[in-house]
Amino acid sequence: MERMEVRGSRLVVSLPSELDHHYTEEIRTEVDRRVSSQPIDEVEFDFTRTVFMDSAGIGMLIGRYKVMKALNGRILLSHMNGQIRRILSLSGIQRYIQLEEEAV
Amino acid sequence: MKNEMTLAFDSISENEGFARVAVAAFVTQLNPTLEEVADIRTAVSEAVTNAIIHGYPDGVHTVVVRALLNDETVELWVTDEGVGMEDVKQAMEPLYTSRPELERSGMGFMFMEAFMDQVEVRSSPGAGTTVYMKKQIRQSHVQQEG
Repeated sequence: MERMEVRGSRLVVSLPSELDHHYTEEIRTEVDRRVSSQPIDEVEFDFTRTVFMDSAGIGMLIGRYKVMKALNGRILLSHMNGQIRRILSLSGIQRYIQLEEEAV
Repeated sequence: MKNEMTLAFDSISENEGFARVAVAAFVTQLNPTLEEVADIRTAVSEAVTNAIIHGYPDGVHTVVVRALLNDETVELWVTDEGVGMEDVKQAMEPLYTSRPELERSGMGFMFMEAFMDQVEVRSSPGAGTTVYMKKQIRQSHVQQEG
């Protein structure tokens, strides 16, 4: 299960090992609840544990990008393995979303 | 070498992971590379998720995945007997989704086509949908590194 932690104004979301449609619904609900109720201007999606992602994961990330943009914030992605980078690259999402972590 | 298997399971999201793992385990008999296995896992995930979300929007029904290994080729059929589609061509267009409220990215068929050599969809409204996919395992019989 994913874990979430607030560091300053950044919400860090530790993603599950398999990011598919089964998990994206829950993550989106929880992230949206937190960013609308707390002063958060960045959401970091941490892929350290993640070995699989499909288009449901891409949809969830694009959705959070839109949510944070509306709040004048942003999202960033960190610790992706080669397979996750391949999916991200194919999706074209990196035109909108920063792919590297920055220290808080 | 020829080998075939069929899986039938409930259309609940927990089974997306199950279908991926089961098909990936089955195709290891052809000695695919890790990348080829990853490609097949992604394609299966996309097709099975579509069957669960779009094929059966209401209630729990059965999704069937059939896999056929033949020499160096993997063929897959992912079938639902759900609502079907009027316009398959539109459904396969990149970024098209019939369910934007679910944050579907519209990239499912794009990924299936990117990762498999051939993707064909047969569907009719009220009768359901079958996605057929084929991939050549090019690294077959070659010893993998590491």
